[in-house]
Amino acid sequence: MPQDPQVKRSLGLAHFVSSIADNSGLSILDLGEISQPNVTFITTLGHRLYSEDLLRTLDSHMLDGDLAGGPAQPDRIEGFLHECLGFPASSLDGALVWDTLQYVSRPLLLAIVERLHEVLKPGACLLTLFHASERPQELPLFSYRIASPETLHLVSRGTRQSIQFFNNRGIEKLFERFSSVKFFLTRDNIREVIVSR
Amino acid sequence: MSTIPTRISEPGGGAAAVGKSVIVKGQIFSREDLYVDGEVEGSIEVQEHRLTVGPNGKVHANVIAREIIVQGTVHGNMEAGDKIEIRKEAKLVGDIITSRIVIEDGAYFKGSIDIARQETPKPAPAPRPAMTPPPPRPEPARTSVAGVEHKP
Repeated sequence: MPQDPQVKRSLGLAHFVSSIADNSGLSILDLGEISQPNVTFITTLGHRLYSEDLLRTLDSHMLDGDLAGGPAQPDRIEGFLHECLGFPASSLDGALVWDTLQYVSRPLLLAIVERLHEVLKPGACLLTLFHASERPQELPLFSYRIASPETLHLVSRGTRQSIQFFNNRGIEKLFERFSSVKFFLTRDNIREVIVSR
Repeated sequence: MSTIPTRISEPGGGAAAVGKSVIVKGQIFSREDLYVDGEVEGSIEVQEHRLTVGPNGKVHANVIAREIIVQGTVHGNMEAGDKIEIRKEAKLVGDIITSRIVIEDGAYFKGSIDIARQETPKPAPAPRPAMTPPPPRPEPARTSVAGVEHKP
């Protein structure tokens, strides 16, 4: 029997929504699992939603080797980026990255962040989340569903071994090419981060 | 061109059907509901009707229909005047334009979703007399396909 979702008040989401609410016809990328609430929320604002389940695509690329935790393989990383983030430069107005970045290897992580910088328009925001653990560990995996402009429902997808962990300085360094990084502290051990291109 | 005689009484509810042992390469035009549980490679147009891709269906085609229900696999762009339903076991890669969309948990979708807004209909202009009456259109087959082959 499915569990009731956790309800999370999210100032990061509120900030993200405010960045896309004034215009319609924007292109928004969601790197989480496709869900009806997110599709409804984004399209009701008049935007086009691009859906790409990054972790599912990652798992399909891992079938013939360990792309997540293994050694850097430039050809495979490029193939993954082409499949997952193959958008024209400066074509996206926002990205919902959720907590996906914790589950990829360092070389792939850096390549993904670089590609996000390339495909987002200047001034566009991305929302990303980081669990506040201080070492790689098995973490609860969620589907993040937008219930209102500042409320998320967290639906369990099981657990997953994190590969990265970050302190605030590490997050700032990860996004150093972007124009700003804003942290939202929460009481649930999940750091919310808004990054502006 | 050949017509598809098959009718099924189960999931398609009397719609024309591409059974699960059938492979179609080419274009499908249908003037009635269509149920695809086999393989289609090409294009599908079911303008005013419903297309259902059954659980065994594998479609590599762009699709235009009034309503589309996906239970199987679709690689291609889909345009629905009314509604698209992506069921939990479905895999869909392509871009969607529709008025409404229903996505069940567990479905896989990769692509873009555009919701076409219904515009308020403008009053129709007064009809102008035609200089000559248009020629009558030939009645096409209810469902036609360009090529059909059966799996061994």
